[in-house]
Amino acid sequence: MLEIKNLHVSIEGKEILKGIDLKIGAGHIHAIMGPNGSGKSTLTQVLAGNEAYTVTKGEVIYQGKNLLEMSPEKRAREGIFLAFQYPVEIPGVSNAYFLRAALNEIRVSKGLDEIDAVDFLTFLKEKMKLVEMDPSFIHRAVNEGFSGGEKKRNEILQMAILEPTLAILDETDSGLDIDALKIVAAGVNKLRSPERATLVVTHYQRLLNYIVPDFIHVLVDGRIMKSGHKELAFQLEEKGYDWVREGV
Amino acid sequence: MSADQTKTFIDREYQWGFVTSVEAETAPKGLNEDIIRFISKKKNEPEFMLKWRLNAYRRWLKMEPPAWQHVHFPPIDYQDMIYYSAPRSKKDGPKSLDEVDKEILETYAKLGIPLDEQKRLAGVAVDAVFDSVSVATTFKEKLAEKGIIFCSFSEAVHNHPDLVRKYMGSVVPYGDNYFAALNSAVFSDGSFCYIPKGVRCPMELSTYFRINSMETGQFERTLIIAEEGSYVSYLEGCTAPIRDKNQLHAAVVELIAHEGAQIKYSTVQNWYPGDKQGKGGIFNFVTKRGKCVGDNSKISWTQVETGSAITWKYPSVILQGDNSIGEFYSVALTNHYQQADTGTKMIHIGKNTKSTIISKGIAAGHGINTYRGLVKVLPKAENARNYTQCDSLLIGDQCGANTFPYIEVKNRTARVGHEASTSKISEDQLFYCRQRGISSENAVSMIINGFCKEVFKNLPMEFAVEASKLLGVSLEGAVG
Repeated sequence: MLEIKNLHVSIEGKEILKGIDLKIGAGHIHAIMGPNGSGKSTLTQVLAGNEAYTVTKGEVIYQGKNLLEMSPEKRAREGIFLAFQYPVEIPGVSNAYFLRAALNEIRVSKGLDEIDAVDFLTFLKEKMKLVEMDPSFIHRAVNEGFSGGEKKRNEILQMAILEPTLAILDETDSGLDIDALKIVAAGVNKLRSPERATLVVTHYQRLLNYIVPDFIHVLVDGRIMKSGHKELAFQLEEKGYDWVREGV
Repeated sequence: MSADQTKTFIDREYQWGFVTSVEAETAPKGLNEDIIRFISKKKNEPEFMLKWRLNAYRRWLKMEPPAWQHVHFPPIDYQDMIYYSAPRSKKDGPKSLDEVDKEILETYAKLGIPLDEQKRLAGVAVDAVFDSVSVATTFKEKLAEKGIIFCSFSEAVHNHPDLVRKYMGSVVPYGDNYFAALNSAVFSDGSFCYIPKGVRCPMELSTYFRINSMETGQFERTLIIAEEGSYVSYLEGCTAPIRDKNQLHAAVVELIAHEGAQIKYSTVQNWYPGDKQGKGGIFNFVTKRGKCVGDNSKISWTQVETGSAITWKYPSVILQGDNSIGEFYSVALTNHYQQADTGTKMIHIGKNTKSTIISKGIAAGHGINTYRGLVKVLPKAENARNYTQCDSLLIGDQCGANTFPYIEVKNRTARVGHEASTSKISEDQLFYCRQRGISSENAVSMIINGFCKEVFKNLPMEFAVEASKLLGVSLEGAVG
């Protein structure tokens, strides 16, 4: 589904990613772990199309197409979803309005009819139950005044509504208590299917107890230093990232 | 947002810029006492009206144009302007819609304001003002059943001279300011509303102003009187053709609310803003003021200002009656080289008077947006309350926003609160929306609408939809 080849990325002249190679197949969950500043978030931002980053080398093929040529909205319409580490507030725009606008732009791009406000509300309420969100959030402005946990949950709600083909979760577990973590993980697991793939970026092994990955990659200093199966997470937890660094 | 994105969002054409070809009867260029007599004679006015005009003119001659505003324009040559222009077919005003020039009816239909009552939404009565005259007023009879008078100002001068004499100039005296004096001397038409005691006006009243002729100034007056315990919601909309010369629009609006009365006045102003280089466009220099004469009365201004090369106005409320309430909700948008200096004055005179000011300024392109407001609490205004909130949103990095709040408090029991903020549409917000599949243009329009929400929710439903669309249109091209 996604193939990243020798990807180099800089921001403001500083190279962050120094040659990433990664293949993600349909039906799989990949996890990327790594210390602060290793380039995890940069990778997610680049995949989503953030124009603040410059790709200096390499390519990314998504479903047979050159991903790097697509605008962020085009990528979203092609099924890429990024759950942000720091979700943005949009004052005055209600959650319901925002989500319906997003869903409809995606639907229209696929030649589908727009969903009307009444049907959407039913659909939205159903999905809100999934992430155990209070219905009052429907009419609250996007992320405005939300707690850290509420923001993360809202990201998962958006994901549940937009039903992406490739979901990318950037540190969705940070700042979540254990109950919230379980809810978020349940949301992600519900979306698991042979046609879909997920890339989970996390700092800690904790999340991976709930979202069990098929593959784990360790990112250090802009390079993937080690790849393996879920046991790798436990080794990392035990031995720390220096173990990976020393192993090189 | 990137320079490219900003540029595409700013580029969009003005859609209401067409010209109607209709034979017009026009006064010669220039301003002097003869022109004023000409206008007064054209309108067959009673003597008191002509006297009033001449007094205003003589006062105006002694006045200097104000210079404190934060807008820039070359000196206006008042002799190089036409002060009266009316479609020729009209004599004393058409008696019914059948007598209105077909071209004019089509103009309004094209603007989305069909004057044919059958085709109109049942809830809105319209007075259509074309250049210097009112060409049609709908639903007059239906309103008359409730004793409501809704007609052109000229008709009111003839049919209700006592009301006009009593109230005209009672809120904005002819010597109030330079442009009010000019208007008082040469005003040609406008709307007049009178809501009798205890009547709740069953429909929205509205005036649609259209400037058509070249080199013509539009000087209209609106006078709304709400008697004890009555209620009226009034809307006004404006457009003009694309011309590369600036045109002056200097209106006066006076509102009078008696005991327990409520007036809600909404404006969607979309005069031609000039082209992308700042050439042409309307100078919108307007004096709007309401007076809460009676206790427990309320006046509420809501304005959405997206047009005009220069907007310069301060819809104000004099809170004379005890417990009276004044409100001002404003969205002002400046794109390209548009300039706006707008805000309000809340003058607290009575006890327990309350005022609320919510101002949202949006600047894009090279636009300059200034909020200027005065909250004045006089010595006898015990327990006066004011809350002011001024927010500015900048799009791009060549525009500007200013806030000038003036507060004068002469009573210790007063409580006055002011909050202000300036923000930019951030890259992060745009990227977030786009990552969800929303195009950047729709994202900007969504963010701006969110920014303006507190104001839009005060507009009547259909107007709110129009205003929100208009904002998208006026900004389309400012981001890509």
